[in-house]
Amino acid sequence: MGTEATFRIWRGDPAGGVLQDYTTQVEEGMVVLDAVHHIQAQQAPDLAVRWNCKAGKCGSCSAEINGVPRLMCMTRLSNLNLNAPVIIEPMHTFPSIRDLVTDVSWNFRAKKTIKPFKPRPADAPDGTWRIQQADVERVQEFRKCIECFLCQDVCHVLREHRKHDEFIGPRLLVYTAALEMHPLDTEDRISDLRHVHNAGYCNITTCCRQVCPESITITENAIIPLKERVVDRYFDPMKRLFHIL
Amino acid sequence: MPEFQRFSYDVLVIGAGGAGLRAAIEASAHGARVGVVCKSVLGKAHTVMAEGGIAAALSNVDDRDSWRVHFSDTMRGGQYLNNWRMAELHAKEAPECVRELEAWGALFDRTPDGRILQRNFGGHRYPRLAHVGDRTGLEMIRTLQDHGIHTGMEVHMECTVLRLLLDEGRIAGACGFDRAKGRFYLWEAKAVVLATGGTGRVYKVTSNSGENTGDGLALAYSAGAELLDMEFVQFHPTGMVWPISVRGILVTEGVRGEGGVLRNSEGRRFMFDDIPDLYKEQTADNEEEGWRYTQGDKSARRPPELLTRDHVARCIRREVKAGRGSPHGGVYLDIAWIKKRLPKAEEHIKRKLPSMYHQFKQLADLDITKEPMEVGPTTHYMMGGVRVDGDSQMSTVPGLFAAGEAAAGLHGANRLGGNSLSDLLVFGRRAGRYAADFASSHAAAKIDEGELQAAAAASLAVFDRGPAGENPYQVQYDLQEAMQDLVGIVRMENEMQHALDELGKLRQRAERAGVAGNREYNNGWQTAIDAGNLLLVAEAITRAALLRQESRGAQFREDFPAKDAEWGKYNIIISRGADGGMRVEKRAITPLPSELKAVIEEMK
Ligand SMILES: Cc1cc2nc3c(=O)[nH]c(=O)nc-3n(C[C@H](O)[C@H](O)[C@H](O)COP(=O)(O)OP(=O)(O)OC[C@H]3O[C@@H](n4cnc5c(N)ncnc54)[C@H](O)[C@@H]3O)c2cc1C
Ligand code: SF4
Ligand code: SF4
Ligand code: FES
Repeated sequence: MGTEATFRIWRGDPAGGVLQDYTTQVEEGMVVLDAVHHIQAQQAPDLAVRWNCKAGKCGSCSAEINGVPRLMCMTRLSNLNLNAPVIIEPMHTFPSIRDLVTDVSWNFRAKKTIKPFKPRPADAPDGTWRIQQADVERVQEFRKCIECFLCQDVCHVLREHRKHDEFIGPRLLVYTAALEMHPLDTEDRISDLRHVHNAGYCNITTCCRQVCPESITITENAIIPLKERVVDRYFDPMKRLFHIL
Repeated sequence: MPEFQRFSYDVLVIGAGGAGLRAAIEASAHGARVGVVCKSVLGKAHTVMAEGGIAAALSNVDDRDSWRVHFSDTMRGGQYLNNWRMAELHAKEAPECVRELEAWGALFDRTPDGRILQRNFGGHRYPRLAHVGDRTGLEMIRTLQDHGIHTGMEVHMECTVLRLLLDEGRIAGACGFDRAKGRFYLWEAKAVVLATGGTGRVYKVTSNSGENTGDGLALAYSAGAELLDMEFVQFHPTGMVWPISVRGILVTEGVRGEGGVLRNSEGRRFMFDDIPDLYKEQTADNEEEGWRYTQGDKSARRPPELLTRDHVARCIRREVKAGRGSPHGGVYLDIAWIKKRLPKAEEHIKRKLPSMYHQFKQLADLDITKEPMEVGPTTHYMMGGVRVDGDSQMSTVPGLFAAGEAAAGLHGANRLGGNSLSDLLVFGRRAGRYAADFASSHAAAKIDEGELQAAAAASLAVFDRGPAGENPYQVQYDLQEAMQDLVGIVRMENEMQHALDELGKLRQRAERAGVAGNREYNNGWQTAIDAGNLLLVAEAITRAALLRQESRGAQFREDFPAKDAEWGKYNIIISRGADGGMRVEKRAITPLPSELKAVIEEMK
């Protein structure tokens, strides 16, 4: 192929930045991260970009490409309009470190506030558990998460309303769902979901589900069932009665 | 003089892949104050990419399996150069380590009666790999991460270790910088566990993550530790070959385990044409039997596509060289054909190999349930690494431990698929325990402030040269190109001599490297540092490969194509000589104790 394309990349740091144009050769099959690497090697050696696996598995290279949160290593140039500059910006929901790299450490601090896995005692004769494949599969969907935080990036509760201190966001609701629906887990996170992690802030816009590179059905399979559990506990008059008793 | 942020631990773990996290959890459990340093963000280490599974003789699917069979398989795969003590401990302890993961929340695929399901893999006699679809590494790292963060370890993520610090020959800690801000750090520690992973980035075509630049090997070597088996680099037979930009990305062996077959451009299943004697007994000699094996028929022998990786990789190379390759220089890997045998084959493939389906669809516009893939060899795994004691994982430097891909010994001349993830757990756990013991029986070591300042100054020199210096990215590319061409799957004396010359020139260029900008998240700076490590590892690989004048396991010498029984008695050891140059020596392998010899005989 061997044509040229222009990439308009945000360069800057916490103090501010600008979009800067770089033109580079593109070939068949290239992904956005390849183009960024070319630019880095040839024109802007100090261009900051976070990546590791370059195979869509580690969730490091999250960015906003033409305004859409995506993995740079899994976005093929052939799916973008190369007649106009391709705009590459860092995720907006997290503080800037430099250029395309943001500080995602909040996600790790927030995760620590969620009660960890607590299995029931092993009950099979060999000192382990018996679990059916069907029960495993329901949770495996959530465990596909690569922690790219693209869903966190797009969620308006975090992005616009900046509720990072009150709301754990879709990624961590998926994590909570994985724990709550784990066939061995015995912990109770419903009270925290309502009072600390504020699952109620989510109004099911499904924006998070639409950007998930792992196609996890975040809203329907994770968030809504969690919300139902909260409702069952706190708003169902019969259940509430029992809970108080 | 740069300022240092100072931290002090009993045990410092460098690396947060499976081995590092498992070591940190264990050291904490033994009461140690633990710090973990990693170059990437937590949970993103290369372990996340592992696909096929964890090898452990749980005997859930075939009750003929046991540690004895697993041990013999591992030794055979390693062509008997393995550290037999490690192979024994690994086979015995892997099942317990897998069950431990389950108790921490990992959810493996299940057998019909609800136990952990196990799948077939190359070189393993029975179905042995516990797995989660084709994303087992993600399951492992997330389980360890989510369990680990509640065990008290302190994690310094996106920090690069530059140097190990010594106090009269004993480990005293490490120093480095955080990538975000470029601030320098000192981590004092009574014991250090290196769990820095592999070296795949030495080559151009690789399945490895960007961070796999062999840092741990370079750090250990510079601290005076011995490296072992550096000539043994595993090339996985099936990586993507097209499009160019994704060349090298792994196509899991699971595709062949599920019935995928290799064909050349003439449509021939060429793997039937060359089955090594050592494996004749256990390999199917017709397509029908091979198919039955992949579908779980215990009386069938495995198809030749599941022979060891080195062999399959060389057969593919041979087909391509002979002009029987696919359009982009690979061969065909076909799983779509199983629709002739299975109802609902499409759904079956998508369920068993979801990531592969996804990967080809997204990166190559190819539907693997309908068309064959194009595949070719890719650099995959480093059998060599830091030489350690089999029980404790301590290196030849007191207080310095190593585990996982950064350590050597378990796999000998070739690793079996699935034996790495189990390696991380078994020896991560051992390293953590012994490091904690070492820390509790030793007083704090002294830090040499001069050494600290020297390390910082050396790393900053690239900024003085600035953009006028050599481009570090170019140095790295040229190094990868040279190693790919000259010290790859098939090796020759003259080519490797040439490689040493090239490495010498590259080293001079690396010493002139310059970097623009400042210290904040500067990929150029990181690349310049990586280049130094890659050069050291590349030289070690080349020197060891030159000395071993035979073909065995992953090392294939075109000028010495046969296996030489005499060489089977030696490992190659690399260390820094008194003159500062690299020392390469043969060292005799301790003979197997008679009990283990008997196990191998029994399993022949
Ligand atoms: C695509 C693919 C699939 C695979 N599939 C399987 C499989 O199915 N089964 C199997 O058994 N094996 C498999 N392997 C092999 C296996 O994944 C690796 O060998 C294993 O994950 C290595 O783990 P580790 O803990 O040793 O190191 P890694 O996971 O590589 O972690 C290294 C850690 O060290 C850190 N680090 C490195 N250098 C520095 C430094 N200078 N300073 C600070 N930190 C540093 C890194 O940031 C990282 O945290 C596969 C490999 C690949 C490439
Ligand atoms: S569905 Fe809920 S969690 Fe997802 S983006 Fe919308 S508000 Fe946020
Ligand atoms: S749920 Fe999906 S989008 Fe969100 S972090 Fe996980 S993989 Fe990324
Ligand atoms: S680099 Fe790992 S997901 Fe893109």
